[in-house]
Amino acid sequence: MSEKKIDNTRRNLIVATSAVAGAAGAGAAIPFAWSWWPSERAKAAGAPVEADISNLAPGELAVVEWRGKPVWIMRRTKEMLEAIKKVEDKVTDPKSEVPLQPEYAKNEYRSIKPEYLVLVGICTHLGCSPQPKSSEAKGEMGADWAGGFLCPCHGSKFDLAGRVYKGAPAPVNLEVPPHTYLSDGTILIGEDKKGA
Amino acid sequence: MASRLMALWDWFDSRMPSVAEEFRKHLAEYYAPKNFNFWYFFGALSILVLAIQIVSGIFLTMNYKPDAALAFGSVEYIMRDVPGGWVIRYIHSTGASAFFLVVYLHMFRGLLYGSYKQPRELIWIFGVLIYLTLMAEAFMGYLLPWGQMSYWGAQVIVNLFSSIPFIGPDLALWIRGDYVVSDATLNRFFALHVIAIPLVLLGLVAAHILALHDVGSNNPDGIEIKKTKGPDGHPLDGIPFHPYYTVKDIVGAVVFLALFSVVVFFVPEMGGYFLEYNNYVPADPLKTPAHIAPLWYFTPYYSILRAVPPLFNSVFPGVAMMGLSTLILFFLPWLDRSPVKSIRYRGGLYKSAVAIFVITFLVLGYLGTEPVTVWGQAGAWLGYADRATIAARICTLLYFAFFFLMPWYTAIDKTKPVPERVTM
Repeated sequence: MSEKKIDNTRRNLIVATSAVAGAAGAGAAIPFAWSWWPSERAKAAGAPVEADISNLAPGELAVVEWRGKPVWIMRRTKEMLEAIKKVEDKVTDPKSEVPLQPEYAKNEYRSIKPEYLVLVGICTHLGCSPQPKSSEAKGEMGADWAGGFLCPCHGSKFDLAGRVYKGAPAPVNLEVPPHTYLSDGTILIGEDKKGA
Repeated sequence: MASRLMALWDWFDSRMPSVAEEFRKHLAEYYAPKNFNFWYFFGALSILVLAIQIVSGIFLTMNYKPDAALAFGSVEYIMRDVPGGWVIRYIHSTGASAFFLVVYLHMFRGLLYGSYKQPRELIWIFGVLIYLTLMAEAFMGYLLPWGQMSYWGAQVIVNLFSSIPFIGPDLALWIRGDYVVSDATLNRFFALHVIAIPLVLLGLVAAHILALHDVGSNNPDGIEIKKTKGPDGHPLDGIPFHPYYTVKDIVGAVVFLALFSVVVFFVPEMGGYFLEYNNYVPADPLKTPAHIAPLWYFTPYYSILRAVPPLFNSVFPGVAMMGLSTLILFFLPWLDRSPVKSIRYRGGLYKSAVAIFVITFLVLGYLGTEPVTVWGQAGAWLGYADRATIAARICTLLYFAFFFLMPWYTAIDKTKPVPERVTM
């Protein structure tokens, strides 16, 4: 350090102007950081989609794309609905207390009509897409497997209502997207109409 | 002719003497300990791999298209139609794995000889920053081929951020620039991978080397050679880096490049460890491959992530543990309380701890490449849990024990007296 006396007026001026310049520099970063938010085009792509379910066979699973994500529509058989009741004590959140479904799907089967299950096919753990494993896959899934979904990435198991099994890495149930029946054979995904 | 060249050099040197000055400072008159062994190849080799990656990367960008609709096809185009394209791409993909291999061995050298200890803490910190930056570089580069593994790997890693309390979902959205990994994500990862992160990497490498040359290199004995200087003012146990270690490193480079070429020309996929088979399938946002795993260099951390169970309806604990497992490296210089640097003069406690740590790291790395069901299920007494998950949990505990118990076991460990001068 210099032994000369510090001229405090000059020193303060330098500190003050540097602080202002620093703030301006930080402000200049705003447009760059801002540019990382979804563009108007990306936002517009999130429109609701229609799905035709009139040809869905009992037990069959259809996949439609909504906001770039897979949405499953599964037509559940009587046996499948029975299986959901049976695993009540094995799932983390049997009553769907965590709000991952619209109010109209907060019920036993997590659906508007028990027969049709509508789910976002994205694991609530880290975003992989689980795969359906029927009750016949007992060899792989264990002797008491009643059918459901298995996430290939980290092994989370879900039942036929998208409820997560205890001990799985996924913390919560699969999400039920907002949806509504336009007619008996058509579902609109991404939008719910009052009274539908 | 020779005198003409000398005259040209004099002309240059009188106008820019700093070239010769820096050459002397960092090479011809940089005195390095004379007892460097095998483990000291990997610093120079990482610089070699960095150069290989930069050159091969520049040439890949000449034919690659950072567009979700074109990316996968442009990589196949490079592989099939561009003259020599396949060899350039295999050099780059093999280089990525080689980079991590030499960096891991370089870091392990630091662990063996206490190279992070005072006065080299800053060198270590810059080194860990290089390692973390390299991880970001590798992760973003892996999205570019836009295969199934690229896509779902990026989906999982970006979702790690969304588990951060409060700001997580918005942060993940901001990183992706869309509601899912998409063209916007691919385009920005390309920009970061080819220019932003390499610039940071080069800056950090420069800081790492400058900090090293200020305090001087450590050595397998962990002795400060600057303490014993000869009448000429140079360390008695030091030799000029150039020509002695440039020649030694050339031998290392030749052996390394021979092995590197074997991989590039004969086993570029390395049985799925360097290039995953599922990445030869174009990205499909609606379908996750049956088994996804990161490339081998991330798998130890991936295992830790999978091993931690969710708490309070959140996967954040696992994400936090995974983050901690890399960030804890920064604190190594202060966790190690041993009075000696090198493992040669440390006692059984530290040697056992390092041995257990190495095994732990390798087991975690292996488990991360496999599905959790790889070892089947345990019996009823463990609730039929996956054996691999139990093993990963034990290894995760051991991994953290190595660091958190270090202040204790390095302080009580019996050490041997350290000699005054280096041994060979």
